[in-house]
Amino acid sequence: MTPTLRFVLCGSVDDGKSTLLGRILQDTRQVFADEMERVAEDSRRYGTRGDAADLALLVDGLQDEREQGITIDVAYRAFETPRRRFIVADAPGHEQYTCNMATGASTAHLAVVMTDARKGILPQTARHTRIVAMLGVRHIVLAVNKMDLVDWDRDRFEPIAAQYWAEVARIGVTKVQAIPVSALTGGNLTRPAAESPWHNGPTLLEHLETVDAERPADRQPFRMPVQYVNRPNPDFRGYCGRVAAGTVSPGDQVLVSPAGTPAEVESIVVWGGERQQAARGDSVTLTLQPQVDVSRGDVIVAAGEPLEVADQFQARIVWMGDEPLTVGRPYRMKLHTQEVGATVTRIRHRVGVSDGAELAAAHLKLNDLGVINLATTRPVPFAPFDESRALGGFILIDRATNATAGAGTITFPLMRAANLSWQAFDIDRAVRAQMKRQRARCLWLTGLSASGKSTVANLLERRLVSGGRHTYLLDGDNLRHGLNRDLGFTEADRVENIRRVAEVARLMVDAGLIVIASFISPFRSEREFARSLFEPGDFMEIFVDASVEVCARRDPKGLYARALNGEIRNFTGVSSPYERPVNPDVHLDTEKLSPDQCVKLVVRRMEDVV
Amino acid sequence: MKRYPWLSALESEAIEIMREGIAVAARPVMLYSIGKDSSVLLHLARKAFWPAPPPMPLLHVDTTWKFREMIAFRDRVAAEAGVRLIVHTNREGVDAGITPFTHGSACFTEAMKTVALRQALDAGRYDIVFVGARRDEEKSRAKERIFSLRSPTHQWDPKAQRPEPWNLYNTHLQTGESLRVSPLSNWTEADVWRYIAAEEIPIVPLYYAAERPVVKRDGLWIMVDDDRMPLEPGEAPRMRRVRFRTLGCYPLTAAIESDAATLAAIIAETIATDHSEREGRLIDHDDEASMERKKREGYF
Repeated sequence: MTPTLRFVLCGSVDDGKSTLLGRILQDTRQVFADEMERVAEDSRRYGTRGDAADLALLVDGLQDEREQGITIDVAYRAFETPRRRFIVADAPGHEQYTCNMATGASTAHLAVVMTDARKGILPQTARHTRIVAMLGVRHIVLAVNKMDLVDWDRDRFEPIAAQYWAEVARIGVTKVQAIPVSALTGGNLTRPAAESPWHNGPTLLEHLETVDAERPADRQPFRMPVQYVNRPNPDFRGYCGRVAAGTVSPGDQVLVSPAGTPAEVESIVVWGGERQQAARGDSVTLTLQPQVDVSRGDVIVAAGEPLEVADQFQARIVWMGDEPLTVGRPYRMKLHTQEVGATVTRIRHRVGVSDGAELAAAHLKLNDLGVINLATTRPVPFAPFDESRALGGFILIDRATNATAGAGTITFPLMRAANLSWQAFDIDRAVRAQMKRQRARCLWLTGLSASGKSTVANLLERRLVSGGRHTYLLDGDNLRHGLNRDLGFTEADRVENIRRVAEVARLMVDAGLIVIASFISPFRSEREFARSLFEPGDFMEIFVDASVEVCARRDPKGLYARALNGEIRNFTGVSSPYERPVNPDVHLDTEKLSPDQCVKLVVRRMEDVV
Repeated sequence: MKRYPWLSALESEAIEIMREGIAVAARPVMLYSIGKDSSVLLHLARKAFWPAPPPMPLLHVDTTWKFREMIAFRDRVAAEAGVRLIVHTNREGVDAGITPFTHGSACFTEAMKTVALRQALDAGRYDIVFVGARRDEEKSRAKERIFSLRSPTHQWDPKAQRPEPWNLYNTHLQTGESLRVSPLSNWTEADVWRYIAAEEIPIVPLYYAAERPVVKRDGLWIMVDDDRMPLEPGEAPRMRRVRFRTLGCYPLTAAIESDAATLAAIIAETIATDHSEREGRLIDHDDEASMERKKREGYF
């Protein structure tokens, strides 16, 4: 039995979660006298119970929460009883704070789902249940609260419990304990309620103290994602990580995934010595013999039990970003200790909150649940989430804002990556670039229509070619007539347009060319994606800057006039946003600089970055 | 750690968090306050990166009003751990003559701790800042993420915290932003003491009960640590058997009467007490939600 039980309190707003937690803390004597004094003071100021102490104020720790009387973010509280130690996450009930609730649920062994005896199972009750189940929680307590307000009526409690059992059975949760409680009176929380002699089950605390909620760890093969390579001197290379599954001892045969390199565990190094075994949950440092190549993001696994490696997955996801999830948009994916580029290739469906229906969806919005297909930019070692929380859970990070945009769980790989490593050819881009006596790279010009990109690109290419360089100019028009002619101007199509352009540019740089890419490329995340395809220094973002007013005045193709008339939809700068580069490698102000001056600036910058 | 089986799990979790921070950090630093939590944090850093010394410097914001025993302890411990110690004091504050007696605790704390910390962080351009904060210390800390984002002006926005599922910490930063990383988030005060006992971690002797010169102010015992403390007419330091639950600036940190002179006695007292440890901190009482406000302003 795990010595610390982590549980999350969830359910709809006003079901009494914070009050219930405050009551448990008080009844198990976890609340200090000075804390209680503060609660009494706060209750008079913000409380909802007249002069009685509003126990929710024990845990609603933010000023805004106390003022509004709601829970906004998850609060964690550790407490002990003589039988067990607990960490409880008190999660917000409002739909708009669902992602905070998911944060609290992700680390929980058990969820206490609350519902109001007068209201029964609400859509938010069902949503929270679905999310905790998706995030790996297998044990649920249904706490039917406010029983004091329905006279502890058994005929109120039992239909709610029955309905809930039927619903959770459909999503694969089988370990449900239903308990009638009153957070206000404390009935069936830490002591049995005299009013409910018909309840034969345990009190809430009793159940929490005795439930065995951890997955069995035995007989799982050894897995340890490498977090950090410790190299204090040339003689020592230690691989630091936390054991995700199984056990390890010196002398064990292991493989380094994804490369599949075999090695033997030489020692388990701990402070001031070595130890003979480490098990799941232990943070350790391993040394291997021979000293093979291992980096952060690799996984050391038991020999004969290799991890699967793939670059396409089906996954469940709860969306946490303000910007909706868009097919084709590149994200960063963090999976165990590894970070890799990832693109959602398809939204299979959105999950209906209350009934689990599979709904067609073009986007996933904040707090939506969905099932997606995902492609990573290189094959990664993983395990399905149902086998391993540690190796199958991931987050997606927005490239432009760095926001944590989604939390996902890998269901299964769509295509197993047959080759575990890329084919390495003898002739590489360095050789090809050397033959041309140049440094291959991509010069990416971004800016509004009519900002001067084509003029600068054209002059720049002429300058480079006259200096003996081998170049190629990619621009919106020449690609949209061919490779990208199937794409329109919706946001999704623009994302795909830039993705293809970036991939083509990468191939050409690999061929040893200096590629000039001239595209409006209005979205920061797409430009960041393009940059991510190149080695550091091989990609230069060149911001061709002129205000919308100036561009509209220049308007060589008459496009601004038509856009302003409403004849062209999604026109950047008029009816679609342009996200200015934050830190471009070169910033060209074409309102002040001549095309010739612009080109000189770019060439000088190219000489600086060798 | 056999008696408290969760301590090894807390230790492994803290080490995992530290390694995750160091793996991505360009300019890491550890805020070192010399207190018991800092002692545990430094001990964990030594364990996490052994046989290398901790790969980050310690940063101590010295208000010039710390207990003398704290400063002596700080210098000895840093040398022993083989880590670089950076000490920063707000010189403008000193030159302006700001003291807790002349300017009040709120103004003093703002100038000599909050502003001083911002100065030190700006000077070091640190991206990953390890701190010894625990969620059980205070209600707004109970809400904070383990990897907690700070704006370029070191502000915390409690309403825009990044979701933090599982142990997948998002460490991406825009220019000037930083992360406060709290490896002890899930520890309680009792856990800290039990761990100190189990690992025999050295701590400042002020935590143990001893006869010390104190005066009673507003019902709290304040230790007279040096002759800068102005005494009221007729007020004279008395010798009392006291100890400290938390350590800070001596004029702002109240002692409690106690006979606990061993770790076992401290642990017994910690579990039996019905008062929170921050009670001895004068700054927390200044106003409602003072901690949250201080954090929004960049106090850790």
